[in-house]
Amino acid sequence: MTLHFVLEGALVGVAVGSIYALIALGFALLYKSTKILNLAHGEMVLFGGYLAIALTRSLDLPVWMAFALAVAGTLAAAAALGFVVERGIMRPLYGQSLLSVIIVTLALGYIIRGLMVGLWGGDTRQFPPVVPTGVVRFGDLIVPRVGIYSAAVALALLVGFSLFFRYSLVGIAMRAAANEQLTASTLGVSLKRVFAYAWAFAAIAASFGGILLGLWLGVNFALDYVGLKALAAVILGGLDSIPGAILGGFLIGMLENILGAYIDANVTAFGVSLHGFKEITPFVVILLVLLIKPYGLFGTEHIERL
Amino acid sequence: MGPATPLADTVLRIERVTLRFVGLTAIDDLSLAVRAGELLGIIGPNGAGKTSVLNCISGFYHPQAGRILFRDQDITHRPAHARARLGIARTFQNIALYPGMTVLANITSGRLLHMRAGVLAGGVYWGPAQRELVRHRERVEEIIDFLELEGHRDHRVAELAYGVQKKVELGRALAMEPRLLLLDEPMAGMTADEKADMARYILELREVRGIPMILIEHDMGVVMDLCDRLVVMDYGRKIAEGLPEAIQHDPRVIQAYLGEETVA
Repeated sequence: MTLHFVLEGALVGVAVGSIYALIALGFALLYKSTKILNLAHGEMVLFGGYLAIALTRSLDLPVWMAFALAVAGTLAAAAALGFVVERGIMRPLYGQSLLSVIIVTLALGYIIRGLMVGLWGGDTRQFPPVVPTGVVRFGDLIVPRVGIYSAAVALALLVGFSLFFRYSLVGIAMRAAANEQLTASTLGVSLKRVFAYAWAFAAIAASFGGILLGLWLGVNFALDYVGLKALAAVILGGLDSIPGAILGGFLIGMLENILGAYIDANVTAFGVSLHGFKEITPFVVILLVLLIKPYGLFGTEHIERL
Repeated sequence: MGPATPLADTVLRIERVTLRFVGLTAIDDLSLAVRAGELLGIIGPNGAGKTSVLNCISGFYHPQAGRILFRDQDITHRPAHARARLGIARTFQNIALYPGMTVLANITSGRLLHMRAGVLAGGVYWGPAQRELVRHRERVEEIIDFLELEGHRDHRVAELAYGVQKKVELGRALAMEPRLLLLDEPMAGMTADEKADMARYILELREVRGIPMILIEHDMGVVMDLCDRLVVMDYGRKIAEGLPEAIQHDPRVIQAYLGEETVA
C-alpha cells in the first residue's frame, strides 16, 4: 500500500464520506428526537436522487436552471414526505411498541422503493451534465471534480445544520426534546412539532445525499443500500450522537476507499480475488469496533445495575 | 360530595377528576381548588395519587372523567406544552434536568417559551436580538441570586449534590415566570439545612411574588408550617381538606397515616 494510494483514497474517502455524513446526520437526528430507527432512510436517499433526476430532465430550461429548480422542488417534496409520514403513519402509532414502529418504517421503505422503481424503472439513471466532469489534481493525487463539488456542498450543509441546531429556536427545542421529552414539554416545547420537524429534516438530509450521490454515480434502485452505510456510520459513531454520526460517515468513506479499495485490488484468497470487498469493509470494521465499544465511539453508555 | 364552589379568585380548579389505569383507580372523583397567592399542600400516604394529580394538571396524564380549569379556561384536553405556555410550571419528584449542561444553561432553558422565534437564528448578537438575550440573561441571573446558586453557575448539573440539583430545578421552573407552580417533593433527600433553605425560598415566592403553588411533601413539619391549606388524599380520594391545624387532628387523617386503628 503506497502513500500515494492512501492519500488518494483518503481524499476520495472524505468526499464520499461527507455525503455519508450528511445522510447519517438525518438518521441520527431522527433517532435522537424520536427514538425511531428509520429503516426507510435509504429509500429516502433513493427518493431524492430519482426525483431530482426526473425533475431536471423534465424541465425545458437551461440545464443549470433546471437542476437548481429540481433540487429546490426535491427538497420541498422531501420535507412534505417527512411531514406526511409523521402525520399519517407515525403519529397514529404513537404509544405502540418501538419494534412495531420500526417494522412499519421497513414497510414504508419498500413502498417508496416500489413506487420509485415503478415510475422510473430499475436502470441506472443519470443527471444531464450539470457539473463539469473531469478530474482535479492535487500534486499527483487525482480526484473526480464532481466529488469535490459534492463534498463542498455536503460540508456546507453539515455546517448549516449544526448552526441551525445550535442557534435557532426550533433547533434548540429539538435538542431539548431529544434529551428529555417530558421535561421539554413542561418547558413549552410541542413534542408533535418536534417529531414532525425531525422527520422533515431527516428526509431532507437523505434526499440531498441522494442528489449528491446521483451527480457522482447516477441513481438506480440499489442506491438505498447507502441507507445501510448511513446506519453503519451512525452505529459506529454512537446511535444518539450527532457529531458521532458525522464522524462515522467520514470514517466509513475513508475505510472503504483506503482499506476496501486496497483489498479489492490486491488481495486474493484461495486464488480468487476479493473483488467487491470495498462494499463490506465498513461493516467488518464496525463489527470489530462494536465488540470493543458496544455503544459506538460517542454513544451514551447505559449502565444498569442488576 | 359535589364540586366545591370556590371563591372568585380561584387560579386552578379541578372538578370531579377520575384517572384510571388498567385495573387501578389512581384518582377517584377528586375536586380541589387553588386560590390566588395560595400555597396548597397535598399530603397522603405513598401511592395515594398525589403525583398523579400533578401529572393531570401539567398534562402528562389525561383523566377519564372530570374537568381541569386554569384561570377559567378548560385545559382538560390541552397538551402539556400548551399548559406550560399558559404558565403552569413544575418540578419533578425525580429530578429531570439536562445533566450535561451547566446550571446557567439549565435555568435558561426555562426561558424557552419566552424567546421569540428567530432571535437566536444564525447567532445574531446585535440589535433587538442582543437586547432580548440580555433581558433573558438578567432574569436568569436574578433567579441565580435568589436561589444562592452563584457559586455553581458554570458547573455541570451532573456534578452537583442532589440538594443543589433540586434548587436548579426550581430555578428553571421560576425562569418560566409561572402563574402556577407545582412542586413535587422539593425537599426529598435534602439535608436539614437544605430543607430550611428550600422552605425559605418557597415562603418568599409566596409572600413576595404571590405565586400560587401546590406542594407535595412528606415532611409533616414542613407541610404544617408552610401551607395555607391542605388536601389529604388516600387511595386516590380526598379524605380531608382544611387548615393545617384542623388537619393535624382529623381522625380520618390519623387513621390513613397510622393504619386501621379504630377511631373512637
